Amino acid sequence: MSIPSSSQDIEQEAWAPASQVAASNVRPTVETATTSRLSCVALEKSYRKGQHIIPVLRGLEIDVRPGEFLSIVGQSGSGKSTLLHVLGLLDAPSVGEVHLDGERIDNLSVHKRDALRNGDFGFIFQFYHLLPELTLLENVVAPLMIRHSTWSWWRQKRKVHDMAGEIIEKVGLAHRLKHRPSELSGGEMQRAAIARALVGRPRILFADEPTGNLDSNTGLEIMALLNNLNELEGLTIIMVTHDDAIARQAHRMVQLSEGRVETLSEAA
Amino acid sequence: MYKTLLCLRYLRTRWIAMASIISVTLGVATMIVVNSVMAGFATEMRDRIHGILADLVLETHSLDGDLNAAERMREIDEVAGEYIEAMTATVEVYGMVSFKYRGQTITRPVTLIGISPHEKAAVSPLVANLVSFTNGRRLGWELVDEARGCQVTSVVAESPVAQAGIQGEDRIIACDGVPIESVEALRAQLKTVIRRPSLDLSILRDGQTLDLTVQIPKPDWELTATAHKHRQAVLEMERRRLEWNQPRDVIPAGGESSGGPDPGALPNFDRPLVAPPVNPQLPIVPEFDALDPPTPVASDPGAPLSGRIYIGAGLIEFPLVDRETGEIKIERMVLAGEDVRITTVSAGRPPEPRHFSATVIDVFKSGMSEYDSNLVFCNLEELQQRRGMVDPVTGERAITSIQIKLKDFDDAQTVIERLRATFPAHVYSIRTWQQKQGPLLAAVELETGILNILLFLIITVAGFGILAIFYMIVVEKTRDIGILKALGASSQGIMSIFLGYGLALGVVGSGVGVGLGLLFVSYINEIESGITWLLGRKVFDETIYYFPEIPTAVSLFTVSWVAFGAVLIAVLASILPARRAARLHPVEALRYE
Repeated sequence: MSIPSSSQDIEQEAWAPASQVAASNVRPTVETATTSRLSCVALEKSYRKGQHIIPVLRGLEIDVRPGEFLSIVGQSGSGKSTLLHVLGLLDAPSVGEVHLDGERIDNLSVHKRDALRNGDFGFIFQFYHLLPELTLLENVVAPLMIRHSTWSWWRQKRKVHDMAGEIIEKVGLAHRLKHRPSELSGGEMQRAAIARALVGRPRILFADEPTGNLDSNTGLEIMALLNNLNELEGLTIIMVTHDDAIARQAHRMVQLSEGRVETLSEAA
Repeated sequence: MYKTLLCLRYLRTRWIAMASIISVTLGVATMIVVNSVMAGFATEMRDRIHGILADLVLETHSLDGDLNAAERMREIDEVAGEYIEAMTATVEVYGMVSFKYRGQTITRPVTLIGISPHEKAAVSPLVANLVSFTNGRRLGWELVDEARGCQVTSVVAESPVAQAGIQGEDRIIACDGVPIESVEALRAQLKTVIRRPSLDLSILRDGQTLDLTVQIPKPDWELTATAHKHRQAVLEMERRRLEWNQPRDVIPAGGESSGGPDPGALPNFDRPLVAPPVNPQLPIVPEFDALDPPTPVASDPGAPLSGRIYIGAGLIEFPLVDRETGEIKIERMVLAGEDVRITTVSAGRPPEPRHFSATVIDVFKSGMSEYDSNLVFCNLEELQQRRGMVDPVTGERAITSIQIKLKDFDDAQTVIERLRATFPAHVYSIRTWQQKQGPLLAAVELETGILNILLFLIITVAGFGILAIFYMIVVEKTRDIGILKALGASSQGIMSIFLGYGLALGVVGSGVGVGLGLLFVSYINEIESGITWLLGRKVFDETIYYFPEIPTAVSLFTVSWVAFGAVLIAVLASILPARRAARLHPVEALRYE
């Protein structure tokens, strides 16, 4: 991966290693927190395996701007998925903080973190992760079902279904509402997953290798869809991928290596 | 919301979990069946025991009895009269009954109970146990099955049915509102209504329907018309037998004394039967009479002896397998109207054997084989007379026990306490019928309890099955759980999916179990005869058990407890898997493939 030399300065400024940040009295963190939607500071994550402690993230600082399409690339084991999970509150950091709109969110109560994941974040995964027992429509509205109690669900069912129907139409699956995931193709499943991620009107979309399991053409379709969402609706997207070509479609690209930011590049 | 939806979806798509609750279903069904049958046994047994024994019995320890019956009853009335509905004095003593059957003399040990039927009927439903009442003979009609129902063929003059206005040629179409289509159906209905003072019949006469009321007679010591006829026939046969057995040359015969029949010649059948000079009042069992001549009675040649009994069915019946058809039928060794010998002991010191002949007036059949093969009810006066319980000077008659019927059985303990204060414990024992039959009832209760524990263990085992299968389902659904958590589902939410799943399975399982159990209970006798037919061997032998068919009693309380218990076990068994599901880490769950 070649990184334009002009971007080196930016990297030095915004992606300074955690040690430097700590040394400079945490000022950059405070500054970024006011201007960015999601950021993390001095992020470290390690797993314990018996006696050994395996570090995955070794001090990271990332600042995601509102409306930005950020891609994270790196080799297997570089920690990119773990970073995404920590940012998306699926996992807790061992050290460091995650901020949303300047407020620390990684140490919130379980209940509030659940609510954040449900309402402000949307997730799509490499293997789509649809629930096989549910139809496409039910899968798409699952976050709303989780949000509402049975009673309020029945009261708002029509409204919710209309909204979900719009979103499904947007991803081009209006004709497959009653189908089970097993009856859909890979691209259709990923589009259904995107619809599910969007139905809760999230502020940030986390995409973990969204094209990893698709052929290149379908992958490009999905990327077009994501780009569209980003550009037309201003959705902030954080995408993990190992495919440079896909990654370059983003505004910025973060390259991880051994749990650290290796390079940061602004896309053309 | 997603919880309910997923619960339902898992129920619909995971049939293996359904398999896990089949054991719950079977356990629940078995428990309901066993409890119903045991409760049926207990209830039926209590009914029957209660039907024979009175609510309370005051007994003397001594077989000599208490000479002053009237005084005792007055005292009881004084002490606890407000609780007492009726009482009757009886004499209870051990004895033997012997009779002839196909050339053999059969002797059986029995408990002789001297009663006055009217009074006894007031303290316990005696008529419900007397065969001539339950089969309708006592009402005085002859019935046959015809194509379109139960036809009356003849009516005994002045019998209860004759007094009600029933005539020969009438057809019975309903009894107490229940339509009657056969004699068998009428008998079945009679068994249930015979305790009432009267029964309502609908009959068809000349194309018109009539409603008549038949007064059910009080039990007494008189033969039914059928039994009377039978007695006359038997006496006649006996008379002829005696006559034939007389040496021919001794028979005084007008002009035929010239030589008499050859020793090897056949009897002369043409000889007119002349009534021999046999005393018509001789009992039918002649060989005993030399010892103890019977009391003379009225001049009617068919009249019963002064000693009269209701004999327990078990004493005179046995099942006989027909060699040709293989069918089992009941062989009766003695019929009503025939005579038997009673042997007992006299009151006083030393007790001496006493014999007397008595006519079987009726057969007593309670369905409790313990009673049916042990009890002989005798007329009180005769028994007192024969046992020497009548004071030769004052004419006072001794009794050994007083049976008491209470207005409300709940007062039994109060009455017992009052009576115990009045009557010394070293002379009298005072017990309720339950205390008298305590061990039997307690045994049934113990059996029910142990069976319940065992069966509930079966359901618990089923609970472990649910646990294992749920664990499997949680493992299988790990990824889905991860997705739901990533989408913001709480741990409690995930847990409640699986708890709800367990609850749903429990409800379905125990619901089906309750249905199956109740179905089995209501068709248990049909099932029994089906199995009997299949195996060719009797499953439920009424000669071993007390009952002609399997009695059942469904208790709503028990059924709901069993169902609730099964649901609870299903929910408890799903707690562990549900906790595991709730504790899954979303990242690890998502990584799981």
